Amino acid sequence: MDAPKTGEFAHIGKSVVIKGELSGSEDLYVDGNVEGSIELHNNSLIVGPNGIVKASVKAKGVVIQGRVEGTVSASERVELRKTAVVSGDVVAQRIAIEEGAVFQGKIDIQKEPGKAAAS
Amino acid sequence: MASVAENVMRFFRSSSAQVSAPAVPQKRSRRSSGMAEISRLLNSQEALYVLDLGSTSANNISFLTAKGHKNYSEDLLRAALDPALRVRDEAGKFVFDSKKFLEENLTYTNATFDVVLCWNLPDYMEESLVKPTIDRLWSVMKPGGLLLVFFHTRDAGPDAPCYRFHITGTDMLEMQEVRLAASDKQSPRLQRVFNNRHIENLFRDFASIKFFLARDAIREVLLVR
Repeated sequence: MDAPKTGEFAHIGKSVVIKGELSGSEDLYVDGNVEGSIELHNNSLIVGPNGIVKASVKAKGVVIQGRVEGTVSASERVELRKTAVVSGDVVAQRIAIEEGAVFQGKIDIQKEPGKAAAS
Repeated sequence: MASVAENVMRFFRSSSAQVSAPAVPQKRSRRSSGMAEISRLLNSQEALYVLDLGSTSANNISFLTAKGHKNYSEDLLRAALDPALRVRDEAGKFVFDSKKFLEENLTYTNATFDVVLCWNLPDYMEESLVKPTIDRLWSVMKPGGLLLVFFHTRDAGPDAPCYRFHITGTDMLEMQEVRLAASDKQSPRLQRVFNNRHIENLFRDFASIKFFLARDAIREVLLVR
């Protein structure tokens, strides 16, 4: 997934700096600088190649192409693209990491609630 | 018509051109007895805490998390090459600041590890960082935890390629040459070759030590904390 078309995602451009709590109920593309926290419980976050996120992130799915420092929690999937540099903990049901991505921290794969109960 | 000599020269010129062409880092597989022992533990227990000290490997993360283990990843070699660690001692000589190194790396307050994959790190670390790093590893491991380390058995020169290791099976590893980005000021260089006595001294605080000698001049060492 590259930069999404405008309209599909709320878009934070690369010259934008946000400090504080960011929450919402639509998908978000961050190509700027965010410090604080991002909460999109039922939606997805894409950190673009210019994105620098120093925040705890909670979302349904997270795709990282830029830099992220902090805890990333996804109720579904986390993807680290080849340009991603992630420092912090990742908690998700599934994770995909491309060759070239840099990760430092803990990865905790949590079973889907249904499967966990069945196993 | 070109002479035989010209054709022969053309052949050699084209061969050398092929050899010198910049290549993508090659990967090759090797069997690992140490990894087989680690896999036995990984397969027999759940939710183990595993620390991988190589550079980020999707293979390793998939292999470990698929078995339900918690995977910690820290590229210690890159951290050990940080030029900011070079300081002058009282005599004005450049030394590596192991105290600063350990303040910034291997700091785990909420975790102790069942398995540590150290790979070939000590061979490429500056001398003054090796012992403090091993001591720190000992302190972040659980009693009975396993540590896997690889050492060269003979001196292959300072430019011997440094490999990262991808786990591809219970006893199989894929080796990929580490190529740091051009912006990195230092590249990993083979610093020395440890003999058996050095290795035993280095890990003397560990409960047991087991050596596996591989055909590719690598000595695998498996330690129990």
